[in-house]
Amino acid sequence: MATRHDTAAPPAKEGGAAPGRPPAAGLPEKEQRRRARLSRRWQRDVRWSPYAFVSPFFLLFLAFGLFPLIYTGWASLHQVELTAPTDMDWVGLRNYTRIFDDDFFWNAAKNTLTIGIISTVPQLLMAMGIAHILNYKLRASTFYRVAMLAPYATSIAAASLVFVLLFGRDYGMINWALDFIGIDPVDWQGDKWPSQIAVSSIIIWRWTGYNALIYLAAMQAIPQDLYESAALDGANRWQQFFHVTLPSLRPTILFTVVVSTIGASQVFGEPLLFDANKGASGGAEHQFQTLGLYLYEQGWVNQHLGRASAIAWTMFLILIVIGIVNFVISRRLRASSEEFRP
Amino acid sequence: MTTTVTPPETEPAKVTKPPRLPKSARAGGQLHGGPVAYAILVVFTIVSLFPLVWTAIAASRDNQRLAQTPPPFWFGSNLFNNLEIAWKDANLGEAFLNTTLVAGISALTIVCLSTIAGFAFAKLRFRGRNAMMLIVIGTMMVPPQLSVIPLYMMVAKLDWTDQLQAVIFPSLVSAFGVFFMRQYLIQALPDEIIEAARVDGASSWRVVWHVVFPTARPAMAVLGMLMFVQTWNDFLWPFLVLTQTGSPTVQVAVAGLGRGYTPDQSLIMAGALLGTLPLLLVFAIFGKQIVGGIMQGAVKG
Repeated sequence: MATRHDTAAPPAKEGGAAPGRPPAAGLPEKEQRRRARLSRRWQRDVRWSPYAFVSPFFLLFLAFGLFPLIYTGWASLHQVELTAPTDMDWVGLRNYTRIFDDDFFWNAAKNTLTIGIISTVPQLLMAMGIAHILNYKLRASTFYRVAMLAPYATSIAAASLVFVLLFGRDYGMINWALDFIGIDPVDWQGDKWPSQIAVSSIIIWRWTGYNALIYLAAMQAIPQDLYESAALDGANRWQQFFHVTLPSLRPTILFTVVVSTIGASQVFGEPLLFDANKGASGGAEHQFQTLGLYLYEQGWVNQHLGRASAIAWTMFLILIVIGIVNFVISRRLRASSEEFRP
Repeated sequence: MTTTVTPPETEPAKVTKPPRLPKSARAGGQLHGGPVAYAILVVFTIVSLFPLVWTAIAASRDNQRLAQTPPPFWFGSNLFNNLEIAWKDANLGEAFLNTTLVAGISALTIVCLSTIAGFAFAKLRFRGRNAMMLIVIGTMMVPPQLSVIPLYMMVAKLDWTDQLQAVIFPSLVSAFGVFFMRQYLIQALPDEIIEAARVDGASSWRVVWHVVFPTARPAMAVLGMLMFVQTWNDFLWPFLVLTQTGSPTVQVAVAGLGRGYTPDQSLIMAGALLGTLPLLLVFAIFGKQIVGGIMQGAVKG
């Protein structure tokens, strides 16, 4: 990359001194003043332009990220209705006690947890396995990578609608296939566990390839000589995987766990569109209503924005706890791995 | 282009092989995949692609055929008819225009802002830099969905409900983008080049325009595509603010097809297909670059 000297040439013509230098003595007073001015401008530039470069991000983040987050906390202490979102009556913690007393909140919290586990755990395990295979030398490896990323290009809306059809009770492809191998049809939308598995499968389908690529990138960054010295010590491929690959991937695994946890706590579109009754209740018996869907139901269907804010802040606090636990675990892991390092 | 996207560390190191290394030593990037590896990959590829292909199959049938067993496995003759009706029913023409506008503006702004901020974090020294970078990384952990209620209040107060700017403004900022560009520029932009430009008397903005932007172009393209995909597929926020009347995004329009009261499944599938097709085309053309970009973003520097 060459600097364009024609455009980036210094403004000073006489002597060609860079603007950072102190003004040379013996020049006319006018020229000295000019150089001093340039030098001041130069220093201002060096000092303040970094802030100018990062400020658009922070201004936008303040307006659309931090302020809304704090305001959600403020709104959660008020009674606010969707019909008049600017009228706020102080109610203290009543919104929180109301939702904690609501069985549907605990149901939604439980569903979010179970859907989170049955979507995240198999997803990350499969992603790890696929990444390991993709790390071999393969023909057409780019094709497999792109094909596995194709679900990531599919929107929640489109994917959910397709899976509704595939999981149809009477004419869906999956029940047809189950029938083919002699298993009774499953009510994928009506029963609790099947419906949660079905919703999770949409998430797994969309994100496994993406996570596999992240693991693959981390695997390729592992130095080759680690494997060689392990092999010289007599480790077979399984032992190499468990003693070299997995420990090296720890930071990446923790990263994907955190990101997936955040994603799982937010699940909204999939259960919304998977519902046969087109409602926000997550099935006729709330069997797959998540916290995200419960928030939407309280805020936009029942029009209690204050209570919805309390749900949002509860979710936020849960995520902070998860973040702290994760931080502690990763520090422990780092400390223990340093102990064993020569 | 891809060679510049891949950071130097990820390239397999060339090792001079000592003689008679045990076979297991050549694990990792060295080992050739056997038939089992190929079989597993083929299965996963089929699982990945099947729902997409089947969307097209279902969209080419009629509703009655979809309500029979066994379900159809091959294309029927109704595809173009269904696409046309879905296009009209869901007002997809306008939705495409809206979504292209929203995703285009967001992606462009995010790329530009992320590049200059990423450059500052990667190469400039200033007070508070590390603290600010920690904030950026921290914001990646805060889910945007927790802010929807005040955003909704703001939009209502500004009278922006059902207008596209309500979707555009909150999506102009991406902490991931800043992080991504910082990681790229740390490796791709040597300090000497910036110093040389500085000695030549270039101001900071000039350095950005003539040095940083040309260097970062491959990463900017990848980030732009990632952000375009993300904004194009965004569902919750557009669904909340754009439901009352006519100007939906593609995702809201497609979801609306599925939430009708007498759903014609083949039409819904036609809409889903139309909503997915543009991005699948982008993936078919730029898949290699996007894969490289995601892997680049994942590696810590």
